[in-house]
Amino acid sequence: MTHPFRDVAIVGVHNTEQARHLPEHDSHSIALEGALGALGDAGLTPADVDAVVGQFAQEDVLALGLGPCTRRPNSLGIPAVLEAAALIATDQADVVLMGAGGAALYTDRTATAPWTRPANEFVVGYGLFTAAEFALMARRHMVTFGTTTEQLATVAATIRNNGHANPEAVYHRRGPFTAADILASRMVADPFHLLDCSMTSEGGCGLVLARADRTASTASTPVWILGGASDSYGPAYQIAPAWDLGPPEQPAGYVGRRAARRAFRTAGIGPADVDVAELYDPFSFEIIRQLEAYGFCADGEGGPFVLDGKIGPGGSIPVTTDGGTMSFSHAGISAQQLQRVIRGVEQLRGSCLSMQVPGAEVALCSNGGSGALFTDVLLLGSGRP
Amino acid sequence: MTLLPQSEGIPAPNPGRWSAPYWDGCRHGELRFQRCDLCGAINPKPGVLCHRCHRRALTWERAGGGGILYSWTVVWRPQHPSFGVPYAPAIVELDEGFRVMSAMVGCEPDELEAGMAVEAEFHPVSPTITLPYFRPRQR
Repeated sequence: MTHPFRDVAIVGVHNTEQARHLPEHDSHSIALEGALGALGDAGLTPADVDAVVGQFAQEDVLALGLGPCTRRPNSLGIPAVLEAAALIATDQADVVLMGAGGAALYTDRTATAPWTRPANEFVVGYGLFTAAEFALMARRHMVTFGTTTEQLATVAATIRNNGHANPEAVYHRRGPFTAADILASRMVADPFHLLDCSMTSEGGCGLVLARADRTASTASTPVWILGGASDSYGPAYQIAPAWDLGPPEQPAGYVGRRAARRAFRTAGIGPADVDVAELYDPFSFEIIRQLEAYGFCADGEGGPFVLDGKIGPGGSIPVTTDGGTMSFSHAGISAQQLQRVIRGVEQLRGSCLSMQVPGAEVALCSNGGSGALFTDVLLLGSGRP
Repeated sequence: MTLLPQSEGIPAPNPGRWSAPYWDGCRHGELRFQRCDLCGAINPKPGVLCHRCHRRALTWERAGGGGILYSWTVVWRPQHPSFGVPYAPAIVELDEGFRVMSAMVGCEPDELEAGMAVEAEFHPVSPTITLPYFRPRQR
């Protein structure tokens, strides 16, 4: 059977400047910069684009003068990439543009960032926000498997050190960190210290997909979609995020497991074939549960697994190599999700400025997290499927 | 540093289309939930259809208020400055067999333990909204 994404190539990626604050921008203006940068990376122009997907899809059609043009504004991050790929695979479009960005969103610093605060009637009165929601999941793993705060802190130190080494990261040269440094930072929502949590920043990014026959004339090395899928257990931040929500064999704590299995099946590969894992890292614990959910280690062994260097540079499965949302950038609700995919593409092109995994041919990228009851998984390859 | 209920002034719940009986119950010191008359399932949030058998036969019942602590966190950086810290969002597994989002009060943060017996208590946080909290069960 022909692979469903055989004719879909990722031909352009771009990150704008990422910073704690970009005073010259709002979310759309920096997203446009990301989109145009990705087109430039591909050697394409707005005139080549016949579909826009994701954040600001409709606004981009107007701002770049693309009409008449397909627009799909309702998915973000990996689901947007999969929607873009489907547009090409089903002959609805030839070149699909995605831009994302966040700026000028987080102004009241006495509260946590606006996108972290759910307003649903059953959670708002208890002061829940993302760190607390995700802590409720992490606590169950600690209770069930004996996972320790040192193991969580080791994840945070590893990812933050990747950002420390990355000249494009907002927190470039802000380390290096040890697990003890993470544990010494102030407590936010037990067991998460400040440095176990993602940061907030501003920035944009973009990504361009094209039909495979366009790669003869595009400027960059194409990267291919090997498989992808999404899991959800319901709306985020409306009900208690209980680890055991869902069927016993597939609890919500392992959200993304079904999606990963499906993605691996589409790709015809398994976890042992993955060279680098660009895992979404809203909180340190999320890496531990994802390593288990996707089959990089057995259930309950994610804590010990991260202690001996396997997820760091030179390890068997390096994770979140640009510094992720903890250190590279976290600009709101969309850009940082697409940035997992962009980093995966950079790894497979061999173009990373830091923490390049030598000879990487397969990357697993993820979005979402257990506390939000959804996870999206995307497998990328350097070879056409 | 005993965990306390929050005071008026926090961002208060804005009840949805189907939850009025739940919030009415809280004002009367009752924890209410919807059970399906046909299959017996308890709905995860107020609605019209049973989430298990997808039929329209939900009836409000009163929970006893007892349960065990399933998971919790202790928050030191409040999501909004109107919240007093520390506070302890918690998931409680009720004796009736379903889990609710709440917060622990009436004990020290380091007394919280998975599986500890808890019971509901109620505190108003606005003129119209009373929130259920949980405290360690009195023996």
